[in-house]
Amino acid sequence: MAFAPSSTPSPAPPAADAHASATGAARGASEGVHLPDTARDLVKILVAGPFGVGKTTLIDSVSEIRPLHTEEPLSEASAQVDDLAGVRDKSTTTVAVDFGRISLSGGVVLYLFGTPGQERFRALWDDIAYGALGALVLVDSRRIDASFDVLGLVEESGLPYAVAFNAFPDAPRHHTEQELRGALDLEAGTPMVTCDARDSDSSVDALLALVQHLIDRNAPEDAR
Amino acid sequence: MTGRPGGRPLVPAYLSTGGVARPSRPQLERLSVLTGTGTPPPAGLPAAQLALLDALDDGSLTVVEAAALLRLPVSAVRVLAGELVDRELVLARAPIPPAGRFDPDLLERVADGLRALKHT
Repeated sequence: MAFAPSSTPSPAPPAADAHASATGAARGASEGVHLPDTARDLVKILVAGPFGVGKTTLIDSVSEIRPLHTEEPLSEASAQVDDLAGVRDKSTTTVAVDFGRISLSGGVVLYLFGTPGQERFRALWDDIAYGALGALVLVDSRRIDASFDVLGLVEESGLPYAVAFNAFPDAPRHHTEQELRGALDLEAGTPMVTCDARDSDSSVDALLALVQHLIDRNAPEDAR
Repeated sequence: MTGRPGGRPLVPAYLSTGGVARPSRPQLERLSVLTGTGTPPPAGLPAAQLALLDALDDGSLTVVEAAALLRLPVSAVRVLAGELVDRELVLARAPIPPAGRFDPDLLERVADGLRALKHT
């Protein structure tokens, strides 16, 4: 299937990422899912953030396939304390992990994994993060504290990351960049951008901010 | 297929692998690429392994994509794929090694590829 990004942003609000792909079955579950023959280097980036921050919306806006999801079992220990607020249809101890795929030029295939960032998903997080290039941490400026867990997990895992504020229409606009950096306790070198997860160009820009950060931090000191 | 639209999988994950909990090949990753070898499956191949093999008829899939299509947890597909590799019915190719992800050339190609996606 050829890559055909939508030219207009989806009118849907950038919320409720859990199970956003549940309606995808109608599009044909297996249509276009198989890898292109040109696929050579498979890389992944985590799109991390709390429930409802727009992870699946961002993945959907740039992915060539309708985002798929796997049901990942949670450990018994986490099931006892699972906070199901904001999670619909959760009668079992699994969490849906959405992912999307973008075939880039040069045989590179980029996978985006929507990764829930709560501490109770640590084992799942470690498994998904293995071998990842880095993480794009999505933050909702209306509830910054919901992202503290995920930032903690990213930093502990040692994954390089960038922060993207998903621009919800009713988000407060009076914060300065410095205030937001302070609230999240970001290092000076960590990129921080604003994006509209519904808009593919905007989402690509956020991913580019992360990838550029990866390039810069790997460059030899004297080449900077 | 073991999945049915809009519901729980017909075969629970712990039965799909015949009770085997650990893959014979621990190195299978989410992004390991599975490709059918084209060898006809032997009679009596467990249904879940057959379902995975069927999904590879039309082309290669990563482990995580196969899991999504078959509505099985990634851990179960790791077991099934490992058994199919042991039977030489499937080839598994690892994604880039973790050390290779910091290859400057690879990162530049990712950045170039992303820029090419933009409409403006």
